[in-house]
Amino acid sequence: MAFWNKKQNGKKSLDPNYISAADSARIARENRKITTAYEKKRSRKNVPESEYLTKMRDPKNVVEFDDVHTYFYTDIGTVHAVDGVTFDIPASSTVGVVGESGCGKSVTALSLMQLVQRPQGQTVKGEIRVNLGDKAYDIVRTPTEAMTHIRGNEVSMIFQEPMTSLNPVFRVGAQIDEVIRMHNPEMNPDQVKARTLEMINLVGIANQEGVYGMYPHQLSGGMRQRIMIAIALACNPKVVIADEPTTALDVTIQAQILDLFRSLKSRINASIILITHDLGVVAEMADYVVVMYSSRIVEKGTAREIFHDPRHPYTIGLMKSKPILNKKVDKLYSIPGSVPSPIDMPNYCYFRDRCDKRFGRCNGAYPPQIQISDTHFVSCYQYAPENEK
Amino acid sequence: MNQQPLLEVKNLKKYYPLRSGFLNRVTGYVKAVDGISFSIPQGKTMGLVGESGCGKTTAGKTILRLEEKTDGAVLFEGREVYDIGKEEMRRLRPKLQIIFQDPYSSLSPRLPVGEIIGEAAREHKIVPSDEYDDYVTKIMLDCGLQEYHKLRYPHEFSGGQRQRICIARALALNPKFVVCDEPVSALDVSIQAQIINLLEELQSKFDLAYLFISHDLSVVQHISDAVGVMYLGSMVEYAPKDEIFAHPLHPYTEALFSAIPVPDPDYAMNRIILEGSIPSPANPPSGCKFHTRCAKAMPQCKEITPEMTEAAPGHFVSCHLFRA
Repeated sequence: MAFWNKKQNGKKSLDPNYISAADSARIARENRKITTAYEKKRSRKNVPESEYLTKMRDPKNVVEFDDVHTYFYTDIGTVHAVDGVTFDIPASSTVGVVGESGCGKSVTALSLMQLVQRPQGQTVKGEIRVNLGDKAYDIVRTPTEAMTHIRGNEVSMIFQEPMTSLNPVFRVGAQIDEVIRMHNPEMNPDQVKARTLEMINLVGIANQEGVYGMYPHQLSGGMRQRIMIAIALACNPKVVIADEPTTALDVTIQAQILDLFRSLKSRINASIILITHDLGVVAEMADYVVVMYSSRIVEKGTAREIFHDPRHPYTIGLMKSKPILNKKVDKLYSIPGSVPSPIDMPNYCYFRDRCDKRFGRCNGAYPPQIQISDTHFVSCYQYAPENEK
Repeated sequence: MNQQPLLEVKNLKKYYPLRSGFLNRVTGYVKAVDGISFSIPQGKTMGLVGESGCGKTTAGKTILRLEEKTDGAVLFEGREVYDIGKEEMRRLRPKLQIIFQDPYSSLSPRLPVGEIIGEAAREHKIVPSDEYDDYVTKIMLDCGLQEYHKLRYPHEFSGGQRQRICIARALALNPKFVVCDEPVSALDVSIQAQIINLLEELQSKFDLAYLFISHDLSVVQHISDAVGVMYLGSMVEYAPKDEIFAHPLHPYTEALFSAIPVPDPDYAMNRIILEGSIPSPANPPSGCKFHTRCAKAMPQCKEITPEMTEAAPGHFVSCHLFRA
């Protein structure tokens, strides 16, 4: 029946997601051209450093995301997974990135690691500046060759699923050894092992020698996550990305891991990017909070500003829709509708159709970032001065 | 409140045998559910919380006779569910329904949504065949789905919509008692709220009783009338909601409640951190199962298994600290 309707309507089909085989093939061809060009540029050898050297806007920041766009070139169209994200990671602070699944929070972090699924996923625009002390690199333009020295060394990552991110056929000790050996080729095997044992001890595992020789399946979920943290911290990174580090764990184990993070934070000199959808975890851990919705930042500020004075209707809705312990409500607030399709983004505010505060100006272009205080920014027309459009 | 509760569970046990060796002899048991008791009145919600692997889901399934019990009694409207014959059990099944955790794997990918929801209702002849179509439409509208969704397939829906389909499927049979096995754990926060509100609406509309299994205490507190806390197959504490959240007695309950992050950066944390992780249910600790992680453990906890005692009216706890 759907087929019949398509014929009757001529060019436009009723199904907004419908795409013909010929169209799909054409898109795939065009995508190939685009992605091959990016890949070629990235895999060049002996690129002069000057090409990807850059300057930090503020030398106190460790990482600066500046108008980052990461797209996925798929056969049904280009998915704008991250569409103009700008925020800073100040030195030795924790930045929480919150949002629903599919809002681009993980892709933002993966762009920093250059670990976006390639070749279809590409950071096409913007700068990601990483402060390496005496110099700064723009990750977007850094070739793979130079990236291997940064990834895992200066910037490292703790993944969501401790069950699947460790290799089941290697002992955990060997997996930590590998990271240390890769980035410190001058160390001899004994030094490497000593460092590994030190790391295992650091993450709160008492039986270091025993755990060194164990396989991942012999450890519980919480222990595995500790090993993941040990791997991430093994090379004294400047930035650690923790992508939903406690989502797969039970609350009591989550409490242990969060406690570990807090105690480590005072001992290591690293900034943490904490990606999560749990507002409670963010409130507990983060100094700064970035709220993402549909590939863009809708609000950012210090944790206190976001939790005590949320401005964007989405942030407010998110806070109200979560039941809070020992706080009674008759009916939970729920944000109506669902997230727009990432392929076919509207040209007005992405949240307009679900927003209960929308008004005339919301029909205009996507709202700009409006400054509320020194650190608090929100993308919503409610707070825009009347005269400017 | 003198009337008989809709569902009564008495000392329910479910053991899974462990077999090993050449002859495949039973060498031990995994005590997934080890003697739990509670009752649910009509139209009320009982919350069941605990860490993964503590037997919450097995308890739910055993109550519905989806798994055979090892010992104990499950009384539905005063009758032992396990004594009912095959034919009669078939007639009872529609009254006992379950909503599963993962809306992605619990719907058949090959059936259109209308059929998923209506199939069981047709088989059980819930409505005359000429009203069947309208009935399915009505149930779908009740659950926040549209009529035109009938011909679509599950893969065309988002997680929240799929969970609505699961709820509609359970509801189409006019149940009296629904086991909700972590119905919102796989969903985003804003969708969670939609589903919780839907469950509450349906409860007041159809006078349903829920057994709400979850590890998210804030959700359980929101939706339940009474709460049971499980640890390694046993119920450690069981009380009306307001009572248990205001005065948690068992050390495990205290630790569990304090572990929940509060979305307020200025909240003064007063957290009890439990050491280690949950022991294997195949080889549980002797005496009180919690003594290996308990901060208040006493010498007798290692030897004597604590009995369930009534510490306050309606507030049951199994801990040596509160023995009468």
